[in-house]
Amino acid sequence: MSFPWARQYEPTNGLTKFLDEKLPLPRLVYNAVGAGYPVPRNLSYFWNFGVLAGFFLMVQIVTGVVLAMHYAANAQVAFATTEHIMRDVNWGWMMRYAHANGASFFFIVVYLHIFRGLFYSSYKAPREMIWLLGVVIFLLMMATAFMGYVLPWGQMSFWGAKVITGLFGAIPLVGEPIQVWLLGGFAPDNAALNRFFSLHFLLPFVIAGVVILHIWALHIPGSSNPTGVEVKSESDTVPFHPYYTAKDGFGLGIALLAYFALVFFLPNALGHPDNYIEANPLSTPAHIVPEWYFWPFYAILRAFTVDFFFIPAKLMGVLAMFSSILLWFFLPWLDKSPVRSGHYRPLFRKFFWFGLIPTMIVLFICGGAPAEEPYVMLSQLATAYYFLHFLVILPIISSVEKPEPLPYSITEAVLGSDKKMVKGEQTSPAV
Amino acid sequence: MTKLLSVRLVAILVGLGFAVAVLWGFLVGAYNAATEEAPGHLPYEHPRDIDYSFNGPFGKWDQAQLQRGLKVYNEVCSACHSLKFVAFRDLQQLGYSEGQVKAFAASKQVPGIDPNTGEATTRAGLPTDYFPSPYPNAVAAAAANNNAIPPDLSLITKARGDGTNYVASLLMGYQEPSAELLEEHPEAAPAPGLHHNPYFPNLNLAMAPPLTSAGQVTYDDGTEATVEQMSTDVAAFLTWTAEPTLVKRKQTGWPVLIFLLFATVLAYMSKRQIWSAVKRKK
Amino acid sequence: MADTTATATPETVTTSEDGIRRRDFLDIAAISAAGIGGLAVVYPLVSQMAPSKDVLAASSTEVDVSAIEPGQAIKAVFRKQPLFVRRLTPAEIQAANAVPASSLRDPQTLEERTKEGHTDMLVTMGVCTHLGCVPLGAAEGEVKGEFGGYFCPCHGSHYDTAGRIRKGPAPSNLEVPEYEFTSDTVIQVG
Repeated sequence: MSFPWARQYEPTNGLTKFLDEKLPLPRLVYNAVGAGYPVPRNLSYFWNFGVLAGFFLMVQIVTGVVLAMHYAANAQVAFATTEHIMRDVNWGWMMRYAHANGASFFFIVVYLHIFRGLFYSSYKAPREMIWLLGVVIFLLMMATAFMGYVLPWGQMSFWGAKVITGLFGAIPLVGEPIQVWLLGGFAPDNAALNRFFSLHFLLPFVIAGVVILHIWALHIPGSSNPTGVEVKSESDTVPFHPYYTAKDGFGLGIALLAYFALVFFLPNALGHPDNYIEANPLSTPAHIVPEWYFWPFYAILRAFTVDFFFIPAKLMGVLAMFSSILLWFFLPWLDKSPVRSGHYRPLFRKFFWFGLIPTMIVLFICGGAPAEEPYVMLSQLATAYYFLHFLVILPIISSVEKPEPLPYSITEAVLGSDKKMVKGEQTSPAV
Repeated sequence: MTKLLSVRLVAILVGLGFAVAVLWGFLVGAYNAATEEAPGHLPYEHPRDIDYSFNGPFGKWDQAQLQRGLKVYNEVCSACHSLKFVAFRDLQQLGYSEGQVKAFAASKQVPGIDPNTGEATTRAGLPTDYFPSPYPNAVAAAAANNNAIPPDLSLITKARGDGTNYVASLLMGYQEPSAELLEEHPEAAPAPGLHHNPYFPNLNLAMAPPLTSAGQVTYDDGTEATVEQMSTDVAAFLTWTAEPTLVKRKQTGWPVLIFLLFATVLAYMSKRQIWSAVKRKK
Repeated sequence: MADTTATATPETVTTSEDGIRRRDFLDIAAISAAGIGGLAVVYPLVSQMAPSKDVLAASSTEVDVSAIEPGQAIKAVFRKQPLFVRRLTPAEIQAANAVPASSLRDPQTLEERTKEGHTDMLVTMGVCTHLGCVPLGAAEGEVKGEFGGYFCPCHGSHYDTAGRIRKGPAPSNLEVPEYEFTSDTVIQVG
């Protein structure tokens, strides 16, 4: 679907006319991210992160393909070839640091993108499919990042692989055979390393495919916006190009500044020193932690310390960890408030800023901390709130809450009008 | 509608289930915390902050220091610790000539094969060879060192938090445990064969103090070889072995960031210009 | 959110004529900057495929030739390719010199293919100039071809005692790599 006032692509010369007849790729681009895509005119900088996520996916694919030209997925030499990349390959150190920190930045922008989606309820009708595909992308990203972290075959690679595949061992009856099958052995070794490499190479292209679906689904209803009011007329929108290409270009510049500052000046700040020790199956690191972007979920996994009736604590933790993300699939149907934007939902807003956000911060800190007090107890409280927030509070407040009056249209929200305009929360703390 | 209602009902039940399960763990944990004493951590010290020429965004190697550090590694550490990711050819980066590197390599015996019999033997090193390991394998290393395998040092400063300072602090940090520490933590007393070092996380280290007296290494440039000097020099050298590209990395970073800053300012101005039209229109 | 507040600075309100020019300039500059950045990224991406430091370091090889008897040859490895080092017998030298260079497909004298004072030491790549097979004749008992030098079994190229192409499809003589005698008994190739 497209808005009736969307500009139409018009081939100007012989070549574009030929292409438009035979393979209308320029038309597709024009309608997807060009002047043919009308976008609400009031998008804040929180709407930059989708483009940025796509950009970092490409960074990961390019640097990853380069690294794969020099890396060998064999337990005997994986660590050594990684060091070969760092020391001997021309610009190899830069490629590897760009890839490792690129993963972090990919997650940073995706987390901000999800945060945007949660606060502005971007998951609500008519955009459920965009959200569902987004959750699929996130799950694929987590799998890809996990397997990528195994490849350098450092201590954290090895023990991370052991712990995460060990999660499957918690499944009753079939758990252990599944774990052995996943690893192709009884502990991570060549078989596991090779299949992780193969899948780590494959999955980014699967992600790219789902990203295309995600964007396709986005173009059916069009982009959401900070008011949550749907587009009503042409004056509510501007063409994606040049307005949002310019804005995204600026956002990209800021993101790249931060990214390259990290790559060139603090490339190991987000990594763990133990991964510069070659994998040793006979020596466990004092404190196994995943990469920072998994910390909140790792905290949920470890929060379950006692058996719950007939369910062992370990299984409960595994169930909770997977559920904590899988429940996002149900958000469009759990939150039934007719109002999308958190700016106009007083109760939702309170729980969001004072409940969910502190909870995520606590989970993040606890996930990176050793499994001892007070972190365990803190993570237990935070885990309880996490599930209550999404599964109990959100459904309930969406029924009992009385939303604040919405602006009549996007144009009115932007430029003001004679009618009463809702102010107050327009500038939320994080904006 | 009823279907959707049931989705929410299931969600609420599941949510309450997870919350109860995890809070049950919280209560058990809280009870335990109230009734039992948690084992305390041994108090180890964070590494000393040492000023190195390669620190900071404009840092550069001090080649003389790296050469001194190589000498300390070569004469002291290399007896037990390998440096397997560093090739002799890399030493040219420390300011040695091709001939000096060749001579240094030739002074080392590396594993080789007898060209006539095919038997394992050793031969003089070539610049393309890597620093040889003092032990043929991990079992031999463990056997010779009371089961504590001396780690490879190539990446040691990256493999420890605040690695450069840690290595230097550890080397200078050997001392007798203080009376207060032993009183508070009797378990911190070094077991036979272990050595007290406040910078080591469990305070007891299998490595005997390697740098014990001034002048243990005679520096070619006449620098006085105090224990502190040797420790900082070898830590600097091991920072280079861990990341020979460290200085190049920082030097590459500056033009990249400056260019990006320029491009971002341009992008911002361009964006403002483009948007100014739409704002005036209405 | 910054964009939702309409601001009309004096700059944007004045001179529409200048504004258009400035706008074009800014857009071109911003797009150019992005283009330059993109091009700069290409350099490391291309450069990373060039030989790495360890490969370059192994690009020269020392060979001890003291143990080679006249009439014998050794196979060494230079840049991961076979290198033939052969000490010629007086008869082989004579055979090589007996042929007028001008009559050859790739005219070269033995003298041109060896180092001064070491005309008995023939150092060539063991790579047939036809399609890159390894010719026979270096090891004891291998077929040396019709001209007593090397013979490539792939497509039947015959090389003489100076490693020159005499018969068969190969277009040129066996390549003599760059090398020098670092002492009377050691040559450094590359």
